[in-house]
Amino acid sequence: MSTLYFTEDHEWIAVDGDTATVGITDYAQKQLGDVVFVEVPEAGKTLAKGDEAAVIESVKAASEVYAPVSGAVIEGNADLADAPATVNESPMDDGWFFKMTLSDTSELDDLMDQEAYDSFVAGLD
Amino acid sequence: MSESAASPSEPPLRTTPLDALHRELGGKMVPFAGYAMPVQYPAGVLKEHLHTRAKAGLFDVSHMGQVRLTGDDPAGALERIVPGAIRAVKPGRQRYTLLLNETGGILDDLMVANAGDHLFAVLNAACKAEDIAHLRAHLTDVDLVELTEHALLALQGPAAAAVLETLAPEVATMRFMDACALEIRGVPCFVTRSGYTGEDGFEISVPADAAEDLARTLLAHEDVAPIGLGARDSLRLEAGLCLYGSDIDTTTTPIEADLAWTLGKARREAGDFPGAEIILEQLRDGPGRKRVGIRPEGRAPARAGTPIHAPGGEAIGVVTSGGFGPTVEGPVAMGYVPAPLAAPGTELDLMVRGRALPARVVSLPFTPPRQHRG
Repeated sequence: MSTLYFTEDHEWIAVDGDTATVGITDYAQKQLGDVVFVEVPEAGKTLAKGDEAAVIESVKAASEVYAPVSGAVIEGNADLADAPATVNESPMDDGWFFKMTLSDTSELDDLMDQEAYDSFVAGLD
Repeated sequence: MSESAASPSEPPLRTTPLDALHRELGGKMVPFAGYAMPVQYPAGVLKEHLHTRAKAGLFDVSHMGQVRLTGDDPAGALERIVPGAIRAVKPGRQRYTLLLNETGGILDDLMVANAGDHLFAVLNAACKAEDIAHLRAHLTDVDLVELTEHALLALQGPAAAAVLETLAPEVATMRFMDACALEIRGVPCFVTRSGYTGEDGFEISVPADAAEDLARTLLAHEDVAPIGLGARDSLRLEAGLCLYGSDIDTTTTPIEADLAWTLGKARREAGDFPGAEIILEQLRDGPGRKRVGIRPEGRAPARAGTPIHAPGGEAIGVVTSGGFGPTVEGPVAMGYVPAPLAAPGTELDLMVRGRALPARVVSLPFTPPRQHRG
């Protein structure tokens, strides 16, 4: 059973113990539009909170995905290289970007839960 | 003062006669050249692009400048500031040409139609105020009227002709770059068979108060969808067409920009246009650099501003337009490279996020031209 957290950069992070899966939210994929290229981090890469972790390019523009917390990358989602549109079709599930081990679980305290994120998004429109 | 209050230095955005329709259709409105314009509709850039290539797309390009030039010899007068053979444009025909400065730099690109008793020109939105001032300063023997009470709609794609024929049967006989005044459901319009997508299609100058009705009538056809500026850009990039301010500007000459075809034959011989000395020298000896098509390998797009390097080597140029080509199903770009490296097949490196992405020079356009040449 994992716990879901969100950032103000519209990333989600599903935490299970000291491992986590990171992706972008449905709101984010809608704002980006059609995703045409994704570059995910390689296994073993160490990320500090706020580091540029992945690149996402839509038809319109390039954006970065930042590490929501510090840790080491376990796996990047290799399927996105050939099927970047998965990010649009299944942002919260098959469209995950990378998995990581957390080096400091207290960093999760700064993130939003589902309810806080939903009201954050509602305040943007 | 709230954070969202517009800064006093920024004038409010202008709107086109289709503003309410864009919002009703769910258009995502963005500032562009001082206008609120739809960058996309709910379908999104990718689907809008593919729909235009498959059927027909309707674009609001009312932000562009529309001017009417009258006088004893407006074509002869215009030739003083452009390199095209404007006097050779027959009534009912249109030509692409360039406003040049004294050093051969490009001030704007424009379309000029011979409407019989006047010339009709379409100018880029971001340049129109300066263009009109330039035209007025140099063409003192010509009367210039800006058609501020006219919208401009573009209907583009393989189904465009069949759709427009249902409203104006006479368009069936028009060929690419024909121009004609005609009535559409009782409204006087000026129609050209041209566009900015590489597809067959039309641009329709229509009185502002009739524009929304015409747009709704066209959109009521099952083959027609509204298309925003996002897809307009990806369509023109695949078609190899220049975007003023990105691919051409005052620092590029027509020869560097691979637009030598816009130089009229007699105009080359006479050398009677601004910057002729520099331009004709480049035409004779070859330019130092050239605009080329670039196809990145892999899937990563290279955007405008991406440095171009020789393979494993030094910086040699820059990408001026780049992105994902939905019809090509991959990244496409244009940029300037030294003339010796401009041949199709030449290998280049594109420096994206600090890494060299391999790419090749390719012939333009990226997609086959499908204008109706008759």
